[in-house]
Amino acid sequence: MIPAQFDYVAPTSVEDALAALAQHGDDAKIIAGGQSLLPVLRMRLNAPEMIIDLGRIESLRGVRDDGDAIVIGAMTPHAVVGSDPLVNEHAALIAKAVEHLADAQIRHRGTFGGALAHADPAGDLGAPALALGAEFVIQGSGGTRTVPADDFFVDLFETAIGEDEILTEVRVPKHTGWGAHYEKFVRVAHQWPIVAVAAAVRVDGGTIAEARIGLTNMGSTPIRARAVESALAGQPATADGVRAAAEQAAEGTTPPSDLNGDADYRRHLARVLTRRAVLAAAGS
Amino acid sequence: MTATQERPADEVEREIGRDRRRKEDQRLITGRTRWTDNLQLPGMLHLAMVRSPFAHARITSVDTSAAKQATNVVAVLTGADLAETAGACINAWAITTDQVTPAHPPMPADRVTFAGEIVAVVAARSAAEARDAAELVEVEYDELPAALDLKEAAAATSEQGVLAHPDLGTNKSALWRFDSAEAGTGGNVDEAIEKARTDGIVIEREYRQQRLIPAFMEPRSVVVDPTGEQITMWSATQIPHILRFALAATTGVPESKIRVIAPDVGGGFGGKLQQTPEEMITFAVARRLGKPVKYTETRSESLMSGHHGRDQWQKLTLAATKDGTVTGLKVDLLADLGSYVAIVGGGVPVLGAFMFNAIYKFPAYQFNCQTVLTNKTWTDAYRGAGRPEATYAIERLMNELAAEVGMDPLEVREKNWIRHDEFPFTTVAGLEYDSGNYEAATAKAKEIFGYDELRAEQRRRRESGDPVQLGIGVSTFTEMCGLAPSRVLGQLNYGAGGWEHASVRMLATGKVEVVTGASAHGQGHETAFSQIVADRLGVPFEDVEILHGDTQISHKGLDTYGSRSLVVGGEAIVKAADKVIEKAKPLAAHLLEASVDDLEFSGGRFTVRGTDQGMAITELATAVFAAHNLPDGMEPTLDSEATYDPVNFNFPHGTHLCAMEVDTETGALKMRKYVCVDDIGNIINPLIVSGQVHGGLVQGIAQALWEEAVYDESGTLVSGSFVDYLLPTAADTISFEIDHTTSPATTNTLGTKGVGEAGTIASTPAVVNAVVDAVRHLGVTDIQMPCTPERVWKAINGPGAGGATEGAAAPHFDASTGMEGTVDRTTGGTDA
Amino acid sequence: MTRISLTVDGAQVSDDVEPRMLLVQYLRERLGKTGTVIGCDTSNCGACTVHLDGTSVKSCNVLAVQADGGEVTTIEGLAQDGQLHPVQEAFRECHGLQCGFCTPGMIMQSVDLLNTNPNPSEEEIRLGLEGNLCRCTGYHNIVRAVQHAAGQGAGVTS
Repeated sequence: MIPAQFDYVAPTSVEDALAALAQHGDDAKIIAGGQSLLPVLRMRLNAPEMIIDLGRIESLRGVRDDGDAIVIGAMTPHAVVGSDPLVNEHAALIAKAVEHLADAQIRHRGTFGGALAHADPAGDLGAPALALGAEFVIQGSGGTRTVPADDFFVDLFETAIGEDEILTEVRVPKHTGWGAHYEKFVRVAHQWPIVAVAAAVRVDGGTIAEARIGLTNMGSTPIRARAVESALAGQPATADGVRAAAEQAAEGTTPPSDLNGDADYRRHLARVLTRRAVLAAAGS
Repeated sequence: MTATQERPADEVEREIGRDRRRKEDQRLITGRTRWTDNLQLPGMLHLAMVRSPFAHARITSVDTSAAKQATNVVAVLTGADLAETAGACINAWAITTDQVTPAHPPMPADRVTFAGEIVAVVAARSAAEARDAAELVEVEYDELPAALDLKEAAAATSEQGVLAHPDLGTNKSALWRFDSAEAGTGGNVDEAIEKARTDGIVIEREYRQQRLIPAFMEPRSVVVDPTGEQITMWSATQIPHILRFALAATTGVPESKIRVIAPDVGGGFGGKLQQTPEEMITFAVARRLGKPVKYTETRSESLMSGHHGRDQWQKLTLAATKDGTVTGLKVDLLADLGSYVAIVGGGVPVLGAFMFNAIYKFPAYQFNCQTVLTNKTWTDAYRGAGRPEATYAIERLMNELAAEVGMDPLEVREKNWIRHDEFPFTTVAGLEYDSGNYEAATAKAKEIFGYDELRAEQRRRRESGDPVQLGIGVSTFTEMCGLAPSRVLGQLNYGAGGWEHASVRMLATGKVEVVTGASAHGQGHETAFSQIVADRLGVPFEDVEILHGDTQISHKGLDTYGSRSLVVGGEAIVKAADKVIEKAKPLAAHLLEASVDDLEFSGGRFTVRGTDQGMAITELATAVFAAHNLPDGMEPTLDSEATYDPVNFNFPHGTHLCAMEVDTETGALKMRKYVCVDDIGNIINPLIVSGQVHGGLVQGIAQALWEEAVYDESGTLVSGSFVDYLLPTAADTISFEIDHTTSPATTNTLGTKGVGEAGTIASTPAVVNAVVDAVRHLGVTDIQMPCTPERVWKAINGPGAGGATEGAAAPHFDASTGMEGTVDRTTGGTDA
Repeated sequence: MTRISLTVDGAQVSDDVEPRMLLVQYLRERLGKTGTVIGCDTSNCGACTVHLDGTSVKSCNVLAVQADGGEVTTIEGLAQDGQLHPVQEAFRECHGLQCGFCTPGMIMQSVDLLNTNPNPSEEEIRLGLEGNLCRCTGYHNIVRAVQHAAGQGAGVTS
């Protein structure tokens, strides 16, 4: 099907994009890679009057080293993020999640910032970004602000990005040497995750020193499994050591019920998948 | 072939049996195809449909004024506008004389009966503008209660419950019965069951055949050009000939004034075996406006309004002796027709009626099928059509019987199946199976599979309490295919015959044109039929051209479905080719100055016995073209045609074995191994056969594991896009091990049997049997299809394990409202 | 209308298009490149896969205006100088297609897969094709075709 009519601009700087956003306000929609937006427009579930394309803003692409963090430009395609050496060395959890995100064609076209700003609770990047304590750099006409991951995801498809703002980059604190695993549960490969668990652990002499766990599709936003993280600290990196802690994975979650499973089943999956993700991350 | 030119005729390499690469592929792998949607005609208009969001509602008003004012809109038409000209969608098979069949106008004027039914159509200069204007059509509805649940609908009356068509006074369309005692083909099933209750075993089960969507990859598309003396319709259809008949029969346009072309067609699987409202509306609009018109559906439209398949409840009672010998089978079906009786419609479950007894020697059998109208999308043929349902039921039951008597599932089958020395065998359903060898196929399958080793591994995993359990699923299927002997269809009250037509044209240049009434949409007819003709006439494979899918070229035919193209259509080609040889023979005798009785035909040449004199049949074609020197009275043509009516169905069979790992912690399933040994008689092209089997397997596996058309309580299709109607990908499937045994069919010249549906029919029960087998020791006896991880996990863990494990009806991506379950996917700030 | 200029299958093209026009529509309706087809509206099926600036994308999920200045290769531009691409050859050789509707997308994605990974395992092939649906083949012979093409050095030569 064909989207409804809209006007289109493709600014070449963030400033120009912000100006276009200010001019068109509510009637405008930003397109990054377009991999989630275009199906919505084609089904005519949304009909913005103006599309502002960030695809021509070169400064929003790329990954760079910034001391204790790596910085991923919002318009960096998933495929680039997934194969980037900095990401693989310092934020392996993100690389692991990208590997499972959608399919090859969508990874070529979809962007890191776009997916996070879309804030689909079933999206694969929210949980790892949350788990690693990413910071979101958001630019508006008044300047730039940085929002911690805990405050970024507000609700279903809702983030801390204001209507007149643009997500420009994501700072991910380095987790060099941490083990990482993204455990995704689907019925068929091209499906959104029914539940997924993002786990990064720092193992010290066979003991889990620190763990960071994010849950995908267990509520209206990605969820940090803090109870599990605390319970894991100091545990041996073995099935028995992890089992009890993983049992707390569903605490505080509000998973949806749909064709693929009801909320109870998802809670159960969260527990099992958390155990598996942590063990895999720990290399056990 | 060049290498074979000089070899003696008996050493010519036969085309039949060769792995010929397909003639069709060159255009398909280079993108030089002609899909219907590719057509662009001068001045062509594009259609967009306005569809009902309600499952059942009275249309109180349709305001087209705004839409008519929109840019480049040429017409906006409603059901009232088209009532006189759009014809009707027909049901070709009233399965009983008292079948209740609601009238089916392509675009109703007063009442919609399923969500997705068309209420208005916009014609505009571009598809985008047509869609823009369709959004402006204001339809007011008075919503009516909808009949959605099959069992409730079956029980409803005018007084109680909800009727899909209140004016009909019932939802019950037809009750079709077969009883072996009445038919004289077997004993009384009720007596068998009563006896088994006393001193044997009675197994009673109820299985659900979920609703499926054929989901061919090419969305349906239709172009109608009314310019000129004839009206030409291009359609992505399996049935150009039947479609032309139906267009003529219901619109009053003479059949001779209609030409239907099925160009390249991107899959069908039964889903394009239909005369659709979209085709009828496009035809009507083109005639009304006098302009070429195109309509191409979106995938969402396809899923919601193209006919669905399966959707039955099956109540089954199997009686057996304590040693596992079956003494009777009783089948009570409820079949959901949707809101209309489609072209085959209620005939689909009837096609299964003869197959519940499968490969077995049951002494008594009864089949009762109640077809039911509901306010859902209509149902009709989907790959296998009736036979997968029957095979699923009996193959699940045979496993239950094996469990009950403590036997291996293959042993209990062997105890009951028809032995190879008992063919031909007349079954309790009254069919005569011509050939088969269930022992051979099973032995071969077991060996390839490593049956005993896998059973040993299964035991080990059970004993150690492994979280990953292993199940072994068995399905020993047969099916009836090659639809169909016309006389049988007549007895069943079907509205047409089951013959097929072919003609063979010998061109002056030595090339051969073959016209077939079968209409391919991926099957490889051009290749396989060329192989048959090359062998029959002794001409090079490359010199044979297969023409099909255009009623002007192929004036006569009954199209492609029911695994009929080779066994019926191929046989017609053989007969036409044989007539060419017969016609050529007197000419050869005349030119060789020999007696007809001294001629032999082999390797494409007539030779005079005992001499080195001879002539190629292609030389005779040239001689006929010139017609300078023909025998007195000979008509100057070798061209021949044949219409072949099969004498019987034919009965491929096979043994399918599936090994499935079940993660008992999550319910996740992982197929380990799948082996099938199919007996499809003689094989024309092994490569094409392998493709048919692989593809069939995955469709059957997909029913077992992934696919289901789910409606919510208001009658909206929840699985309305490929986000929620789950087709498997390459990453979800495995490589298969397929092999064959060969019991040639005795009822056709080539000894072939159909293969198009075999994989689909056999695989579903093999997979579900494997899943159940993996967890039977945990108390599970059934898991409703599709066996989702949630259902598997709940079957293992939940109370009432394995029961009605229906998921909540909420989509991830809701095409109709933009909601993800309760989630609005459209309000995000930015996107991915 | 927005003016776009791009290279499609080696040819320079330039057109005024509505911003809402999808790349696949532009290819089919403006350029007559009907080898690339539309199978769904949710970007699940992959039938419309083409290469944009050297990597595979779903052309139903890209606006034509987004491709401005880009280089597009479709199934119709894959064969060079009348020689089929090894992946095209392999699909025929291994019977990796039946109705052929998914085939253009399947071939274009397979080429992309082999460009990144010239010697994929069966599992890597299957995962690499997860964005492409086929209803006819059961994928078995598609996987064989990609293996066959890899064996012929398709990933190296393209």
